[in-house]
Amino acid sequence: MSHAIDIPVAAPHTTTSNSVGRVMTIVMMALAPATLFGFWLYGWPAVWLWAITIASALLAEGFCLRLLKRPVVPVLFDGSAVLSAWLLALSLPPWAPWWIGVFGGVVAMLLGKHAFGGLGQNLFNPAMVARVALLISFPVQMTSWVSPLPLFSAGAPGPIDGLLITLQGIPASLDAVSSASLLGFAKTELSRGVDLVHAMGEAPAQSWFGSRAGSLGETAAWLIAAGGIVMMGMRVISWHIPVSMLVGVAVPAAILNAVDPAHYLDAATHVLSGGVMLGAFFIATDYVTSPNTFRGQLIFGAGCGVLTYVIRTWAGYPEGVAFAVLLMNSLTPIIDSYVKPRVYGRNRKGSALPAKK
Amino acid sequence: MGLFEKIFKPQWGVHPDDHKRPAADAALRFLPAPAQVHMPLHQHVGGAARPVVAVGQKVLKGQILAEARGNISAPIHSPVSGVVRAIGEVTAPHASGLDFPAITVDSDFADKWIELDAVADPFSLAPEEIARRTAAAGVVGLGGATFPSAVKFSLGKRLAVGTLIVNGGECEPYLSSDDRIMRDFADQVVDGVRIVMHAIGAAEALVGIEDNKPEAIAAMRKAAAPFPDVKIRPVPARYPMGSDKQLIETLTGKEVPANARAAEVGVLVHNVSTCAAVHKAIRLGQPLVERIVTINGGAVANPGNIYAPLGTLVDEILAFCGLREAPARLVLGGPMMGTHLKHGKVPLVKGASGILAFNAVEAEIPEAGPCIRCGSCTKACPMGLLPLEMAARIRSGHLEDAVEFNLTDCISCGCCAYVCPSHIPLVQYFVHAKGELEAEERTKLRSEAAKRLTEARSGRLEREAKEKAEAAARRKAEREAAKAKAKAPAAKNTEEASA
Repeated sequence: MSHAIDIPVAAPHTTTSNSVGRVMTIVMMALAPATLFGFWLYGWPAVWLWAITIASALLAEGFCLRLLKRPVVPVLFDGSAVLSAWLLALSLPPWAPWWIGVFGGVVAMLLGKHAFGGLGQNLFNPAMVARVALLISFPVQMTSWVSPLPLFSAGAPGPIDGLLITLQGIPASLDAVSSASLLGFAKTELSRGVDLVHAMGEAPAQSWFGSRAGSLGETAAWLIAAGGIVMMGMRVISWHIPVSMLVGVAVPAAILNAVDPAHYLDAATHVLSGGVMLGAFFIATDYVTSPNTFRGQLIFGAGCGVLTYVIRTWAGYPEGVAFAVLLMNSLTPIIDSYVKPRVYGRNRKGSALPAKK
Repeated sequence: MGLFEKIFKPQWGVHPDDHKRPAADAALRFLPAPAQVHMPLHQHVGGAARPVVAVGQKVLKGQILAEARGNISAPIHSPVSGVVRAIGEVTAPHASGLDFPAITVDSDFADKWIELDAVADPFSLAPEEIARRTAAAGVVGLGGATFPSAVKFSLGKRLAVGTLIVNGGECEPYLSSDDRIMRDFADQVVDGVRIVMHAIGAAEALVGIEDNKPEAIAAMRKAAAPFPDVKIRPVPARYPMGSDKQLIETLTGKEVPANARAAEVGVLVHNVSTCAAVHKAIRLGQPLVERIVTINGGAVANPGNIYAPLGTLVDEILAFCGLREAPARLVLGGPMMGTHLKHGKVPLVKGASGILAFNAVEAEIPEAGPCIRCGSCTKACPMGLLPLEMAARIRSGHLEDAVEFNLTDCISCGCCAYVCPSHIPLVQYFVHAKGELEAEERTKLRSEAAKRLTEARSGRLEREAKEKAEAAARRKAEREAAKAKAKAPAAKNTEEASA
């Protein structure tokens, strides 16, 4: 509905060409290269899982909107549900069964988003709510990684076989190599009493270019970072959260690795493994669940980074990005109430500046 | 600006498409005197003027129609020569479309001025005399604020202001009336600047002009060349650069404290068009009866700047420029802070820098969506406020909580609502809340006054009752005393008699 001439409207009488849909589209475009790389690396099962996750999120959101008697079509196509489900899919094991995607998509929308009142109202990042719900409920499926089996390579499943893998599980006939992720491997070895200096010789194959076992969003760390930098260039996100989160992971990792390399992984491994890159550029930067001032964002990002490191290093789980982001999400309202910009003509405490000629 | 500042210093403001050209480049056109003008009595901040003419009276151009009323007010003069037709009501240039009082003058098309009291050397006049003449000419802030200029002169003089800031920012999109006055009448503007400096005792003048107006900067530099104390300072084009506080900070680095006036940090801001009006009022003795107004927008056939008599109906000025189509929306002023007009049958007033006739595409504002907390509004706010937080509280009816977020510091510039990707009418929320709080305050004052009166009344009644009772008691006592007295002599007599 646009305003007709007979309806009095307050200024401004002009507005930006920006829109929620445009913002979501830019984020998805920035996410596309990493996703396509992941598709190539893990083949058709990954594509199907991604599609199933998004479709179930859309259905769940449509259901919620219908239940709330809100307009369905405009909200469904604002891109936010697709983006949440997309991010969730990137954090899943690429060959996970279909119901992981469905369960995740539905939890993200139902519990992560609409239980709070829909777009803009949720306290926690919906994709991370779903990921943590899945991880706690289905730890086996959520930590079963496969080694990359690129599209068109020998033995890689085609579209139909890929769909069957997603729907029926991995057939015994397929020579898929299951593999631990690096963080999982390190944690297991340390818990067995093997120190990292000895263990890393047998560690899962690493590649700076992402050819390694992990989720879609883990393997293509550099493409994720490139997408994040494009978003910064287009002013969709600012540098504050990504940089502070990466620093928050890297600094404690570097210090402890320098002190005791036998028990602590190095900073580069930490930054490039698991969900740190995806988390720093695409998940922690979620507008709704992060603070809205630059200083608040620095605190938030650093908190996400440090908590990720702490959970990875001393807690029971090998990966901690999702937990760290959720914990910091819960602090966002508190950060926002303490960290405010200085108002023109006032000091930080809010009282008027002294008059100086 | 250093790289460090670029990265770390938050940048306020927005860069809307400015739409200033081609209207700004079109030569100034002069609107012939219309058959009838309507001069509202209230075209300025402060008290409405009081009519001093009678219906049927012959008036000359520039003759006073209504005198200033109160300390903060301005007189109104006739923009044409002719006959006073009516003293009644016309539609106010306000979104409400309500009526307000105005004096209607029929033009005799002679455009005959009153005898003008020109001053050859304004610098020989006392500053007080300049303020007096400026006040008598009805000059008010022409940038849109319409505060009586002479009142600001006296304030500047009293607070010993050292620097005059001349606002040639004109940061509102579509508008170019200040641009045009600087290009075409730079000498008048600079002379006006110097007269204002003399009036307030300022040692220097900084003329801030946005760098999207290179022609105006060149013209002003040329005009100001002989006067080293008038400094032309290009400033980056960024909305709201033309807002007093932001321009002062950009030009001097000084920040005006909250709830204080600019004069308290030693500066005073006047608009370039106001300075030109001061030049005319002093050098030529002409009161403010005409102004340059930008006619722009997609519905206008020949957009540009028009030199028009005040009181002309907006419709007549639009007709002069030609309309391509019926405007989808009419705006008085700029698109960021202007007033929505219900129709064009409203008079041109002193503060009207532009009239925009938007076509359907320009008028389209998408329906508001939910806030996604993207923080665009926070980044854009030139006052460092958190519009999203204030709006959330106002939405839920917690106006006092919004005040905690310094709602009262909001300058209603519209940056937040402009950048909002969800197109939330944030300014609407803030204006609503400010109005509600003001009304609440008034009600509180009224009820306090009523309470005081009631208390005074009951006190008075009590006092009266008490006094009455006392009087009664006194009378009774007196009566009894008198009775006793009457008895006493009798008793005495008896005693005496018995003795």
